[in-house]
Amino acid sequence: MRRAALGAGSALLLLWPFLVPRYFVFLTSLVVVNAIVAIGLNLLSGYTNQLSFGHAGFFAVGAYVAAVLTLRAPGVPVVATLVLAGLATALVGLALGIPCLRLEGLYLAMATLAFGFVVVEAIQNLDWLTRGNDGVAVPTAHLGPLALASDAAKYYLVLGVGALMVAAAVNITRTRTGRALLAIRESEIAAQASGVHLAAYRTLAFAVSAFYTGVAGGLFAFVVGFISPDAFDVFLSVDFVAMIIIGGLGSIPGSVVGAAVITLLYDWLAAFQNYRPLLFGLILIGCMLFMPGGIASRMPKWTQQAQ
Amino acid sequence: MLSVEDLSISFGGLAALGALSFEVAEREIFALIGPNGAGKSTVFNIVTGLYRPSAGRVRFRGEDLLALAPHRIARRGIARTFQNTEVFRQLTTLDNVLIGRHALLRAGFLRGALGLPAVWREEAAARAGARALLARVGLADAAGVQAGSLPLGAQKRLEIARALAAEPKLLLLDEPAGGLNPTETQTLMELIRGLRDAEGLTVLVVEHDMELVMGISDRVVVLNYGRKISSGSPREIAADPAVIEAYLGSEEA
Repeated sequence: MRRAALGAGSALLLLWPFLVPRYFVFLTSLVVVNAIVAIGLNLLSGYTNQLSFGHAGFFAVGAYVAAVLTLRAPGVPVVATLVLAGLATALVGLALGIPCLRLEGLYLAMATLAFGFVVVEAIQNLDWLTRGNDGVAVPTAHLGPLALASDAAKYYLVLGVGALMVAAAVNITRTRTGRALLAIRESEIAAQASGVHLAAYRTLAFAVSAFYTGVAGGLFAFVVGFISPDAFDVFLSVDFVAMIIIGGLGSIPGSVVGAAVITLLYDWLAAFQNYRPLLFGLILIGCMLFMPGGIASRMPKWTQQAQ
Repeated sequence: MLSVEDLSISFGGLAALGALSFEVAEREIFALIGPNGAGKSTVFNIVTGLYRPSAGRVRFRGEDLLALAPHRIARRGIARTFQNTEVFRQLTTLDNVLIGRHALLRAGFLRGALGLPAVWREEAAARAGARALLARVGLADAAGVQAGSLPLGAQKRLEIARALAAEPKLLLLDEPAGGLNPTETQTLMELIRGLRDAEGLTVLVVEHDMELVMGISDRVVVLNYGRKISSGSPREIAADPAVIEAYLGSEEA
C-alpha cells in the first residue's frame, strides 16, 4: 500500500507540469516550499515543543541570501546557493536559539515574534545590500548550463530539493536525533536521565529548523522572482504555525498536508484578503477543538512513519 | 561504588536532608526507607544531578558527581526510575526504551539524516534489544502501545526497561512497587534480584513496600526528617526501636 502510493504519487508529481496549466505548476512549487518550512518549524515546535512565531524571519534571511548571492555572483550553481542560504539561516538560528535556551512557552513565542520584526527592519534599513523597500528582482537560477527560467524548470528544482529534505526529515525523526527531540518534549527530566543533552538538542533543533526554512526561503525567491520585505510580515509566521497545527504537531506527513491546505486556501481566498485572518482563525480554533492531533491524526495508518 | 558524605539540602529554609552519609558497595541491593517526606527521593535527585546540595559530597567510582550535568551522570552509568513515573507518554513503549539507549547509540544528526546503511543496522539492533527488554519486564505485547495509556504498574516496569537500555552500572529505583499488586511485586523482586545476580548491577531502591525491602535488600538505611536514624541488614533495622517508633510504629497507628 505504502509503496504503491509512494510510486503513484512520485509519478504524478514528475508528470505534473505536463498535466496542468502553468499557474498550478507555480502553485504546487509554493506548496512544496511551504512544506519545507512546515517541516522545519515542526522539528522545532512539534518535536521539541519550542514555539516560534518568527519563522517568516528565517524565511526572509534565506530568500535574501539566495537573491543577493545570485545578483552578486551569478556563476554560483543554484544548489550551492541554496545550501549557503540554508547554512547562513542556520547560523542566524543558532544566534537566536542559544540565548532563547532559557525561555519557554509564551516567552519564547514573544522572543521569536520580536526576531521576525527585527529581520524585516534590518532588510528595510540595509538598503545598500537589500535595496530596502524597493525589493529585489531575483535573477534566473542556473544549474550548470541550464537556466531555470520557466515555471516547470523551477518546479523541478523545488521538487528535487523538497524530496531530499522530506527524506532527510523522515530519517532524522526515525532515528536517535528525532527520538531525543521528542523525549525533550515529553519529559525533560526523563530525557536528561536517559543521557540526552537538553541544551545541545534544543540548539540543534533551532539550527536545523532555520536551515530548512532558509533553504525554503531561497527556493521561494527563485519561484516568485521578486522579493520585498513586506512579503515576510508576522502574518506569514502565523500562517506557518497554522500549517503545522492543522497538519499535525510532530508529524512530517502532516507538515506537508498542512502546508498544502494553507497554501491552497490562501490562493482560493485571494479575492477575500480582508477575511483571511478571520477564516484562518476559525479553522485553527476548529482544529484545536475537534482535531487536536491535526490532519495527521486522521490519516490512514500506512501514511504514518513505520515504527 | 556510590558514596554519599554529609549531604545537606534545604528548600525554602526547611532542611530536607541533614548531614546524610552512606556508602553503596558494588553488586549490592541497598534500600532507602522512611516515612513520607523523609528525603528519600531528594537523595535520588541529588545523585542524578537535578538538585544541588548545600553541603556534602557524592562520589561514584571515585568521581565527584556534583560537578556533572544530569546527562553526563547518566552517561557515567547511573540510570533511574521516577516515583510518579516520567514515561514519554505520547510515544510508544518501544520508543521509550530506545530513548533509554540514547547514550549508547552513535548515529549523530547528519548520519541519521543521510540514512546511511550503518545507521539502519544500528537501529535494527537497538530495536531488537529494546524488544528483548520489554519482554523482560513483561511488556512484550505492548511494543506499539502509547506509554501514557498503560496502567501505572506497567509504566513503572517500562521505566525499568528504559533505565536498563542504558546498560547502567548503578540502577536507582524510586518506589518501584508503588501501585503494584502482591503478585506483581513478587515478579518485580525476582527481576531486581536477577539484575544483580546475573548482570552484576548495583541497585539503590527507595521503597515503602516492606515486603520488597525486607525480601531483597542486603542493607537498609532508614531516614526520618532528612536524617539517618538507623542502618544495617533488614533483620537489624526491623528490630531497631528507633525505626519501629519512626516508621513501622507510625504505620500501625
